[in-house]
Amino acid sequence: MENYEQSFNYENCLRNEELTKQGYEKKKQRKTGTTIAGIIFKDGVVLGADTRATEGYIVADGNCEKIHRISDYIYCCGAGTSADTENTTALISSKLELMRLTTGREPRVQNALTLLKQYLYHYHGYVSAALVLGGVDFKGPHLHMIHPHGSTSTLPFLTMGSGSLAAMAVFEAEYKTDLDEESAKNLVHKAITAGIFNDLGSGGNVDLCVMKFQNTQFFRNFDKPNKRKFSRINAYRFPKGTTQFLEEKVTLLRKNLVIENLDKNNNNNDNDNNDNNDNNDL
Amino acid sequence: METVELYNSQEQIVLDDLSEPVKTGTTIMAVQYKGGIVIGADSRTTSGALIVNRVTDKLTPVADKIFSLRSGSAADTQEIAAIVRYYLNILSTEQGKPPTVKMAANLFRQFCYVYKNYLLASIICAGYDETDGPSIYSIPLGGAIIKQPYAIGGSGSTYLYGYCDANFKEDMTKEECVSFVTNAVGLAIARDGSSGGIIRYAIIDSDGVERHTIYGDQVKNYFK
Repeated sequence: MENYEQSFNYENCLRNEELTKQGYEKKKQRKTGTTIAGIIFKDGVVLGADTRATEGYIVADGNCEKIHRISDYIYCCGAGTSADTENTTALISSKLELMRLTTGREPRVQNALTLLKQYLYHYHGYVSAALVLGGVDFKGPHLHMIHPHGSTSTLPFLTMGSGSLAAMAVFEAEYKTDLDEESAKNLVHKAITAGIFNDLGSGGNVDLCVMKFQNTQFFRNFDKPNKRKFSRINAYRFPKGTTQFLEEKVTLLRKNLVIENLDKNNNNNDNDNNDNNDNNDL
Repeated sequence: METVELYNSQEQIVLDDLSEPVKTGTTIMAVQYKGGIVIGADSRTTSGALIVNRVTDKLTPVADKIFSLRSGSAADTQEIAAIVRYYLNILSTEQGKPPTVKMAANLFRQFCYVYKNYLLASIICAGYDETDGPSIYSIPLGGAIIKQPYAIGGSGSTYLYGYCDANFKEDMTKEECVSFVTNAVGLAIARDGSSGGIIRYAIIDSDGVERHTIYGDQVKNYFK
């Protein structure tokens, strides 16, 4: 591999292919379990997400943010590899911001959708980002989902990630058209909670984002259903003398302290002056 | 019957495998009648065992009276349809008249043939134009182009060859044609696991496009 610093490196694909040929077990990719969801209500869109990030079986972050800002009135939930979801949304966000500055108009949701799907299609699923895109522009509320390979669907209510089945079960049972804001929030909250408790890959708290025309409210940790039941009474701090010791020796550091002037120019100048003075003296 | 594992197995953790591409395991169909065509499709989109979208619209317009019926990879077919729509838009502006179905079908063929090794797309291109009247082109996996009086496609079409051979007639009336299409798609939905949901169909003739849906509970049940 020569100078491909700016591009993706697919070396490991060839390595894995060779290893499987030699009879080694295929390497399993690490995936992040997630529950993300969105619905359209009477005058806007509600997005929701859990806050668990995993590395295999380890919870890497129990309270991460999965709802990303695209623009003031467009937000996007991400499932899949968190590096990929964060970077794709940030990239498209900056492209739309430049577009907003050059055209002087608020970006549309359809515009964000096209940029995202074409970016993901370009990488044939290697950028593993599954997104729920929602927003309100002058044409009304919009809700889309984008799969890692670049296909999209537009629906009034949708879920993604490993907890999508649990969340969808809630939506399918209770979704109605033209819900009011409060019931829409509660429904998404219920769906995400279903994901948190019934899917191993999801957990932590519930984040919500409510978008209406020219009005976005982001509820970070809207609900914390997994608070610690018991908190430590004592910290791991022990009173002095808990551990026995045999000897005590105190050394004063100030004795060995040396102060040096590290400013080169000043030093030189000083030296010059000193020299002159010396000469004069002689 | 699937068993539930109680151990920590990697597969159990993540049910929704993101590496699985989204496919339209589909039933699509287009039939010519005397003055126009009827196109129909189911509405199921799947990723592995998961139904990603149960009300998909697989009848994708590429011009006013030209539709593409998509089967194969959802990402590939959506992207091709978007590009073809863009080309046809330019073409109609340059020529000052709407494009023909032949032109649309050949654009699809171009992409499907040139990139055949990279795409999973099998498309039926159907519509109505002033030059050729109603016409249907089928563009299967390898990138061939076949003009047909009727075309079926997708995984559900395997169940339909017998039915279609037995029941297709040239120069049907509009009503006959509609019931032929909706019956066929209904039959395929009943037998094909990867097809399902609602039936979407459209009638395209010189007057324009008329769209219809048959909801899940109204899809005929052909066997009990």
